[in-house]
Amino acid sequence: MRYILVIILFTFLYPAVSAQQCDATLSGKILDFHDQTSLAGATVLVIGQNKMAFTGFDGDYRIENLCDGTFEVEVSHPQCTTVLYQIVISGDTRRDFEMEHHLEELEEVQVVGELLPENTSTAQEQRLSTATLEGYSGGSLGDALKEISGVSSLNTGSNIVKPSINGLTGSRVLILNDGVRMQDMEWGDEHAPNVDINSADQVSVIKGASALKYAGDAIGGVVVVERERVAIQDSLYGKTLLSGISNGRGGSVSTELTRTFASGWYLNGQASYKRLGDREAPDYILSNTGMQQLGLSFHAGKRLLNQGWDVDYSFYRADIAILRASHIGNVDDLIESINSGEPSVIEPFTYILGVPRQEVTHHMGKLNYYLRMKGVGKWTIQYDFQYNQRFEFDVRVGADRDKPAIDLELTTHSLLTDFTWDASRNLEVTAGLLGRYQDNFANPDTGVRRLIPDYQRFEFGSFAIAEYQLDNDWLFEAGIRYDFSRIDAKKFYRTSRWEERGYDIDFPDFVVEDLGTQLLTNPVFNYNNLSATSGLRWQLDRQTDLRANYALGQRAPNPAELFSDGLHHSAARIELGDLRIGNETSQRISLAFNHTERRWGLNVEPYLNFIGDFILLEPTGVEFTIRGAFPVWSYRQTDSRLVGADISGFYQWATNWETRHRFSITKGTDLDKDQALINMPAPITRNELVFQKPEWKQLRIGLESTYVFRQNEFPPNIFVFSPTQQEEVELEINTPPEAYHLLGLRAEMEFELSGTLVMNTGLTITNLLNTSYRDYLNRNRYFADDLGRNIMLQLKFNY
Amino acid sequence: MNLFYLTPVKNLKTLIPLLALTGLFFGSCSDDDDPEPVNEEEVITTMTITLTPQGGGTAVILESRDLDGDGPNPPVVTVSDNLKAGTTYTGAIVLLNETETPAENITEEVEEESEEHQFFFTVGNTLSATTAYLNFDGNGYPLGTEFELETQSASAGSLTVTLRHDLKKPNDGTLSDAGGETDIAQTFDLAIIP
Repeated sequence: MRYILVIILFTFLYPAVSAQQCDATLSGKILDFHDQTSLAGATVLVIGQNKMAFTGFDGDYRIENLCDGTFEVEVSHPQCTTVLYQIVISGDTRRDFEMEHHLEELEEVQVVGELLPENTSTAQEQRLSTATLEGYSGGSLGDALKEISGVSSLNTGSNIVKPSINGLTGSRVLILNDGVRMQDMEWGDEHAPNVDINSADQVSVIKGASALKYAGDAIGGVVVVERERVAIQDSLYGKTLLSGISNGRGGSVSTELTRTFASGWYLNGQASYKRLGDREAPDYILSNTGMQQLGLSFHAGKRLLNQGWDVDYSFYRADIAILRASHIGNVDDLIESINSGEPSVIEPFTYILGVPRQEVTHHMGKLNYYLRMKGVGKWTIQYDFQYNQRFEFDVRVGADRDKPAIDLELTTHSLLTDFTWDASRNLEVTAGLLGRYQDNFANPDTGVRRLIPDYQRFEFGSFAIAEYQLDNDWLFEAGIRYDFSRIDAKKFYRTSRWEERGYDIDFPDFVVEDLGTQLLTNPVFNYNNLSATSGLRWQLDRQTDLRANYALGQRAPNPAELFSDGLHHSAARIELGDLRIGNETSQRISLAFNHTERRWGLNVEPYLNFIGDFILLEPTGVEFTIRGAFPVWSYRQTDSRLVGADISGFYQWATNWETRHRFSITKGTDLDKDQALINMPAPITRNELVFQKPEWKQLRIGLESTYVFRQNEFPPNIFVFSPTQQEEVELEINTPPEAYHLLGLRAEMEFELSGTLVMNTGLTITNLLNTSYRDYLNRNRYFADDLGRNIMLQLKFNY
Repeated sequence: MNLFYLTPVKNLKTLIPLLALTGLFFGSCSDDDDPEPVNEEEVITTMTITLTPQGGGTAVILESRDLDGDGPNPPVVTVSDNLKAGTTYTGAIVLLNETETPAENITEEVEEESEEHQFFFTVGNTLSATTAYLNFDGNGYPLGTEFELETQSASAGSLTVTLRHDLKKPNDGTLSDAGGETDIAQTFDLAIIP
């Protein structure tokens, strides 16, 4: 397009210019900024004289009959950002120009379920496009990620969705939000990522600890949430999404506006709000399951070829009510809930968020600066600040009714820097450093013993990764990373607990003060983690590639695994961490085979993950209090093995008809006890029939079937003494629910309202047949059925 | 106009405030103060039930004491004596929080918020006895900090005493109908002798 314009312009104006008497020439080469190779097919236009030339195969250009003087020269190329230079022309002037030959990478690819290399070259990596994310505008990040095969979630109800990659979740899954590692108390099973899906333009999932640039401890994987990169040109654009959601009788609104300037400056603002009342299962209202969420973000900066900076701020606030019936008194209540099959509290629909309820706030600020050095590489430095505040309100009486039971403040400062040498065409090397300081404050005003103590955490990391492109077919990748972390906590232990755990023998030096019935202790631990990765990619032909990757990852225990101690009221269980817990070490071998052509595609990703000293939380027994008996969940370490495969593919049966298929299986084994691991996702298959007719206003209709098998591999149940029944009974706390099948429908159309205003409409129905079901990885499965039918209507305006 | 010619020296200038800012953040946020212990509220450590035989005699004391709350130690449950057959006992319940000195009497709080609380007395199948409420809330529904226990023939079995709050009132007298939150659930093994 640009070519045509330039040619037209040139043709019209040429006669006027040629009348002047000028005989200077401008000549030179157009080069790639990164590796100094010649760029063919670039256009050089001398503005003011309206003369132009194209570069040949060797990147050379020559413009004759120019007048002397100072002029602006516009250099453009189909795959590069157009740049303007001011030069002085005097006689025969020779001048080389450099361009950033990377723009094609930025183009959005709207294919789901295919490997699109970006963060790693040899690991299993998949991406969600903006279009897919927009479909989940009224949902959550965790829900959207389940579009990727091998990603499931650990839920608490339907509003708290924690992504799980190949069966691993929590601290093993790193969420990198716009270049910042989220520090949002990911150690809690009922803590969802504090990320507003509407702030993301693209999300990638890297399975395993292969992305050493980001971390070495993400042994489950990395979720990379990215924003669109802005173009260096004058423009103003935006979009607004409106969603109506039937189940919960609410909706969401999200809007975004971007202003960019040819000078490289840009401004971007985004806001979203979501409100839902009580959700509904097919047969009853799920009382106290409403939520509201507010997300805001602002970005500004200046991005040029050789340097740039960004300032970013984002705010996230979510108030999430938790199923009233999931708050139980003691083990007898739990037995009764499991046996009754119906929630113990069912009330009329309401928008009021009662108790139990979470109120979480997350602030994130970031400063980023990069400098590109000609023929050397790119240097980046980033500072980020995060403040996470979590209140959990419980069912309490009297004066404490409105007081939170959990009140935690987590403050994190990180400073990162890295340098990428990309001057060589075949070899790219990146090395970097990280420093992080974190402070957790547990407010004692709750009147409830702290679940997680006050602590300070210091981290230092360094890494080096290299990628070598041998030829067109073979690529090799290797990396190494070292992380040091130190945790310095101040925690009160009940003397009885301190002794029962045997800490009085193992850690007598930690005791700072003896307060009679409790001890103030100062546990300090240092952890050294070494991670490494190596892999290769073999391009068999244009449509086929094979990747193999080995990743060694080490993770230090999180605060919950170390310090949990006490009754978790909302879960009616006593959770016990262990100060003796050390690093866990994952060794993961993965393969990814991908073949994609016009009519069909297949993607097969098998893996084997040995995790030494895997840290897990499981029911181990019961403890008695004056309030009755409570199940005890303890953390322990064991060697374990995870093996599985994710398979996806599509086939185009006719011009407008296509089917898409996905299947995932994970098998987790506790090698020490030779039994199944807890909370492993059940095998799942999703199959979709798609009808597409772009001529009919971009019509797309998809009918999707999701079948979740019963998880037949689970650890044994525990036996507890029931005070009410006065006998030992089996607590079916591990027994998984039955298999289930759900149907879903999604239809989309697009209308051009005026020249620049485009409206996209989408209708999504989940659980079309209103099937009653419970999912093994939903913590509320003991108490209530999962969501019934949900109809979502979405309108999107692009302008 | 053309910003591509910025030299690295100028770049460093933009960087200095950034670095200074980070240094400020890093330097300003370390405190080594010891945390305060949590003043635990709503804790009941001790339940004492005094069963006084109507018409005189020695009272029987049932007690459950759990000083470490949800710590590892189970409550210490004591029954001072056997009950006599064919006797009506007047029961009085005292709840204490003994983590504080002097111990806080929680019974008063329960009686003040009587409409939100209720005791339930569950007599095991093998124990030959019945119970009745002696005190009620402002609406005339059972509270149970005072109650009556009538023994029949000689037997042995359990008596479970449960305190619930935020429950349904009135209810049919069963725990499942009442719902609510459990404050106390304690079983005593009793024997009735002739």
